[in-house]
Amino acid sequence: MLKKTPLGQVLGLGSAKAGTEHWWHQRVTAIAGIPLVIFLVIYLLVHRGASRAEITESMHNPIVAILMGLTIANLAWHMRLGLQVVIEDYVHTYQTKYALLLLNTFFAVVMAVAALYAILKMSIGL
Amino acid sequence: MVEFTLPKNSKVQQGKTWPKPQGKRLKDFRIYRWNPDDGQNPHIDTYTLDMDKCGPMVLDALIKIKNEQDPTLTFRRSCREGICGSCAMNIDGTNTLACLKSCDEVKGDVKIYPLPHMPVVKDLVPDLTRFYAQHRAIEPWLKTVTPEPQAEWRQYPDDRKKLDGLYECILCACCSTSCPSYWWNGDRYLGPAALLQAYRWLIDSRDEGTGERLDNLEDPFRLYRCHTIMNCAKTCPKGLNPARAIAEIKKMMVERRV
Repeated sequence: MLKKTPLGQVLGLGSAKAGTEHWWHQRVTAIAGIPLVIFLVIYLLVHRGASRAEITESMHNPIVAILMGLTIANLAWHMRLGLQVVIEDYVHTYQTKYALLLLNTFFAVVMAVAALYAILKMSIGL
Repeated sequence: MVEFTLPKNSKVQQGKTWPKPQGKRLKDFRIYRWNPDDGQNPHIDTYTLDMDKCGPMVLDALIKIKNEQDPTLTFRRSCREGICGSCAMNIDGTNTLACLKSCDEVKGDVKIYPLPHMPVVKDLVPDLTRFYAQHRAIEPWLKTVTPEPQAEWRQYPDDRKKLDGLYECILCACCSTSCPSYWWNGDRYLGPAALLQAYRWLIDSRDEGTGERLDNLEDPFRLYRCHTIMNCAKTCPKGLNPARAIAEIKKMMVERRV
C-alpha cells in the first residue's frame, strides 16, 4: 500500500481542537499551588514531631482542614496533568501509552479521595 | 518509547584520517560521513586544513575539503551568506549555518554532523520533506474573504512592524531539529519553524483567516508539545525567537475563550 503524502502525514487525523484547557489548568493549578504549598510547609514545620492526637486536633480547625483539602485536590490535579504530558511525550507504544494514561488518572483520583477522606475523618470525626 | 541508544546500523564509528597538509595553523575537522550505497555504518572522518590557506567560515573549509581532498564529501550550500538556509548543520554541538559560523569560534577540533534526529540522505544532507510539509500545513499565505481591492491590501506601518522578527525566517530547520519535543514527537508536533510562520500569519493585520488558523493549531500535539525548552531561540542563526511566537499563539488561544 502506498504511504500517505508528506502533507497527508502531517495533517494526520486533523486538529483535536483541544489542549488549551489542559494547558490553562496546568497554569491555574501551578498558581494556586504557590500559597497552598507555602501553607503545607508551614503546617509541617509547626507540627514537627506532633502526635496523632495533635494532628487530629489541628484538623478540627475548619480553616486548616479546608486548606489541607484544597492543597491535596490541587496537587493531585496538577500531578495528573503534568504526568499525562510526560507520558504523551515519551511513550509511543499504543498499549503501554493507554495503560499508563489510565493508571495515571486512577492513581491521582485514588490518592486525592483517600487523603480527602482522612482529612474529613479527622476534622469531623466520621 | 523514546530510544536512548542508536539502532545497530546507525552507530557512529571511527572513520578515515586524511593526510595532513604542511602549514603552521592546522585545524582538524571531524565530519560525519554516511553513504546509503555502501551498506556501512556512519563514521567520522578527520580532515586537516591549513587555516592560513582557507577562508574563515566552516563552509569555506567544507568547500576546500571537497575541492582539494575528498570530492565525495556531500553537503548542501548555495548563497554562502546566510540567506538561503541550505548549509544548516550541527557544528560544535549547535545547529547553525556553516556559512555564518567562523572556524575560529570553535575551540579545538571542528565537529560537524547533519541536523539532529532527521533521516540522512547522505553525509551532511538531511531529508527535510516532512519539515517542508509542516510549513505547508500552516497555510503560509494571505487568507481573505473581503473582495480583493483594486490595488494592494493596505497596512499601517505599526502593523507591518509586528511582522519584524518573523518574516526573516529562512526555513533552515536549525530550530525545529534542535527541539527535543520535535525529536520525540516530530510526526505530530509542528515544530518551532512552522509555528513561527503560523504566528506570522496570525498577527498579519490583512489576514482574515485568524480563527480558522487557531482552530487548526489547537491540538495537544501540533501546538502544545512546546514545553518552552527554548533551544529554538538559542540556536536560530538569524537571531529570531520562535519560542516567543509560540507563547503568543498560546496566549491567543486563551484570549479567545476567556
